[in-house]
Amino acid sequence: MSENNSFWQRDSVKSLLASIISILIGLIAGTLLIAVVGFTNENMGGKAVWEGVRLVLLGVFSTGRDAAGNLTFGFNPVSMGNMFFRAIPLVLTGLSVAIAYKTGLFNIGASGQYLAGTAATLFIALSVPVGTLPSGVIWLLAFIGGMLAGALWGAIPGALKALLNINEVIACIMTNWIAANLVTWMFDASNLKNAVEGTKTAYIYKTTYGRVVEDGVTTYVSGKGVSTPKMFLDKLFPGSQINGGIIIAALLAIIVYVMLNKTTFGYELKACGFNRHAAKYAGIKDKRNIILSMAIAGAMAGAAGSLYYLSGNTEFFWSTYQSLPAEGFNGIAVALLAVNNPIGVVFTGIFMSMLNIAGLQLKNLTSYNEYITDVIIAVIVYLSAFSLVIKMWLSRKKKVIALRAVEERGEQSAAERKEVSK
Amino acid sequence: MPFLIRSTLVYAIPLMIVALAGVFSERSGIINLALEGIMIFGAFIGVLFVRIMQSAGWFDAAKAAGSWMTLQGYLMLAMLVSAVLGAVFSLLLAFAAINLRADQTIGGTALNMLSPALVLFFVRIMAKQNELLLLSGDSASWFMIKKTMLGYDKKAKLGFFGSTFIDKVYLTTYVCILVFIILSIILYKTRFGLRLRSCGENPQAADSLGINVTKMRYAGVCISGALAGMGGFVYSVTTANCSANGDVAGFGFLALAVMIFGNWKPLNIAGGALLFGLFKCVAASYSTLDINGDGVFALANAGISSHVYRLLPYVITLLVLAFTSKSSRAPKAEGIPYDKSKR
Repeated sequence: MSENNSFWQRDSVKSLLASIISILIGLIAGTLLIAVVGFTNENMGGKAVWEGVRLVLLGVFSTGRDAAGNLTFGFNPVSMGNMFFRAIPLVLTGLSVAIAYKTGLFNIGASGQYLAGTAATLFIALSVPVGTLPSGVIWLLAFIGGMLAGALWGAIPGALKALLNINEVIACIMTNWIAANLVTWMFDASNLKNAVEGTKTAYIYKTTYGRVVEDGVTTYVSGKGVSTPKMFLDKLFPGSQINGGIIIAALLAIIVYVMLNKTTFGYELKACGFNRHAAKYAGIKDKRNIILSMAIAGAMAGAAGSLYYLSGNTEFFWSTYQSLPAEGFNGIAVALLAVNNPIGVVFTGIFMSMLNIAGLQLKNLTSYNEYITDVIIAVIVYLSAFSLVIKMWLSRKKKVIALRAVEERGEQSAAERKEVSK
Repeated sequence: MPFLIRSTLVYAIPLMIVALAGVFSERSGIINLALEGIMIFGAFIGVLFVRIMQSAGWFDAAKAAGSWMTLQGYLMLAMLVSAVLGAVFSLLLAFAAINLRADQTIGGTALNMLSPALVLFFVRIMAKQNELLLLSGDSASWFMIKKTMLGYDKKAKLGFFGSTFIDKVYLTTYVCILVFIILSIILYKTRFGLRLRSCGENPQAADSLGINVTKMRYAGVCISGALAGMGGFVYSVTTANCSANGDVAGFGFLALAVMIFGNWKPLNIAGGALLFGLFKCVAASYSTLDINGDGVFALANAGISSHVYRLLPYVITLLVLAFTSKSSRAPKAEGIPYDKSKR
C-alpha cells in the first residue's frame, strides 16, 4: 500500500495525470461542440455528428470512405508519416517555450524566431550555387544558419529583459511583428520568388531547387537543391512527407534534457527561473543566463522553421506581414501540456500533430472544418493553466483514499491518522 | 490634413479603448493578455448581430424610410451586444485567474487561441469561407456619417473642422471617446475606482479594510472584457469593412504595448494611441497621403519602401519602451493570485 501510495504521490506522475485529464476534457469539449453544431444544423444531423466524433478521435487512422459512403479506418501510412513530419516544428517550438519557461521567461516570440530561422535557411540553401559545395554541406550550413538566426531573434527580447527590464511578453510580441515585416521585405526584394512554376510567385522556391549560374545568368533548377535525408523512414510510411527531421528533433530534445538536468549551466538557468535575485546573490550571472536562455530557445524555434522548410516538399508563403505562423503559439500548448519537460515535449508535439491530421481529415471528409482541433488545443491550454489545481485535487483524492484504507484496517492510532491527512 | 487626422483616429480609437480595457484589468491585479482574443470574439459577435438585424429586414426598412438616425441606433446596439458578450467571454479568464488561481499569462494565451479557433469554426460553417461578411452593402454605406445626412449640400465646404470631424466619420469614434473619458473619471475620482486600484496595488491591505478583492477583480476583468469586445467590433466596422475573420491584425497586442507605454495611466494612453494610430495610418495609406494639401504625395515620393512604414510602429514601440522602462511602474500586485493567508 505504502509503495503504491508513494508512486501516485510522485510529482511527475501527478503532472502526467493532470495532463491526461486536460487532454480528456479538451477532447470532450471538442466532441460536445461537434454534437451541438451537428444537431442544430439542419444539413447535418446524427450521422454527421457520429462521423465527426470518430474522425476527431481516430482521424489519423482514417482511410477515407468506402463505396457505400461509410467511413473506413485502418493503417494510413500517408497520414501517419505526415503526422510525424508536422510534429517536427511543434516539438521544436515546444522545446523553445519549455527552455525559456525553465528560466522563468514566457517565450511568446517563437513565431518570430521561427520566421527568422526559416528566412535564413531559405536564403542560404538557395543562394549557394550548385556544385561549389557538396549538397550535404549546404544543407548543414542552411540548418545551422537557421538556428543562429533564431538564436539572434530570441536573444533580442532576452537582452531587453535582462538589461532594460522590459517585459519579455511585450518585447517578444514586437519582435514577432518586426520579424514578420522584415522577412516579407527581404523576400520581396530577393529573386527567390518561385518564377518557374507560373502562378507560384507568392511562394519561395522549395529547397530542392538549386541555384545554377551559367555565363553570369542565374536560374533555379528543380531537383538540384538540398533536402533533409529521409533516413529510410519513407519506406515505413510511403507517400508521406516524413523525413529524418523528426529524429533530429528528438535528438535535440534529449540534448536539451541533458543540458537542463545534468549540467551546471542548466542548474544555473533553473535557479534564475526559481528566483532571479537569489540566484544573483549566489553568484550566478542572472543577466547572462537570461539572454542565453532566450537565445537557446530562439535557436530551437529557428530549427523548427529550418527543418520544416528544408524537407524539400514544403513551400514558404513569403508575404507574412499580416499574420504570424501558428507554430509559435502551438508551441506554447505543446510545452504546457508536457509540463515543460523536454522529453515530454516530443510526445505532446506528436499528439498535437495527430490532432492536426484529424482536423484535416475532418475537413476533407465531412462538412465540419479543421478549426475544431484548434478549439480542442485551446481548451487543453486553458486547463493546463490551472493544472496545479488539478494536481492539488488529485493529491487530496489520494489522501482521502489513504485515510479510508487506514480507517478500515483500524491498525493505526488517531495520532498517526492525523499524520496521513496532513 | 483632414484625411490624415480622420484616418489616424480610425486606428487610434480601437487601440485607445482596448488599452483602457487592459488598464481596468491590470489595475485590479489581473494581467489580461487575452485582449486580442476578446477583440476577435467581440468583432465576430458584433458582425453576427448586424447580420441578424439585416436578415430581419430592419436595415432595409430604415434605409427605405431614409432614417439614418435609426441605423446609427442599430450600430450602437451592436456595440452594446459585443461589449456584453465580450464581458461574458472574459469571465473565462476571471474564473481561472481569481477562483482557481491559475497562471494568468497562460490563461490569457489560452483565450487568445480559443477565440480565433471558435470564431473560424463557426464562420466556416455559416459562410462556407473564412470570412463572415455583411448580408448586403458594406460598412461605409450603412454606418458612415456623411455631410448630406446632416442637411449640408453635397458641394458645401465645411472648413477644416467640419471636414475633419463631421464628414465621413463613424459615430463609434465619438462614443468610444466619451466612454473613455467617463471610465477614466470613474477610475480616478470615484470610490469604486479607488477600491479597484487598491486591489492591484496591495490586495491584503484592501481586504483588511473590508474591500471584497474577489468582487473587485471580477469587476476589473469584466469591464476589461466589455471594452475589448466593443473595441473589436469598432475595429471591424471602421477598418475591416464590418467583417469577421478571426483576426484583428495584432491590435490587441498593440493595445497592450500602448498600455505599458502609457504607464497604466489613461491620459498617457490616449497620447500613445494617437501616436500609434498615426504610424499605422501612415503605413496603410502613405502612397495616397497628401499632408499639406498641395497635391504632392511627399511620403510616396520619398522613395522609401512600404515595408519601412509597416515596420515603424513596432520598432518605435520597442525603442520607446527601452527609453521609458526605468520609469515604468506596473501595478504592484498584478499577476499574483490573491491569497488571504499571505501577508
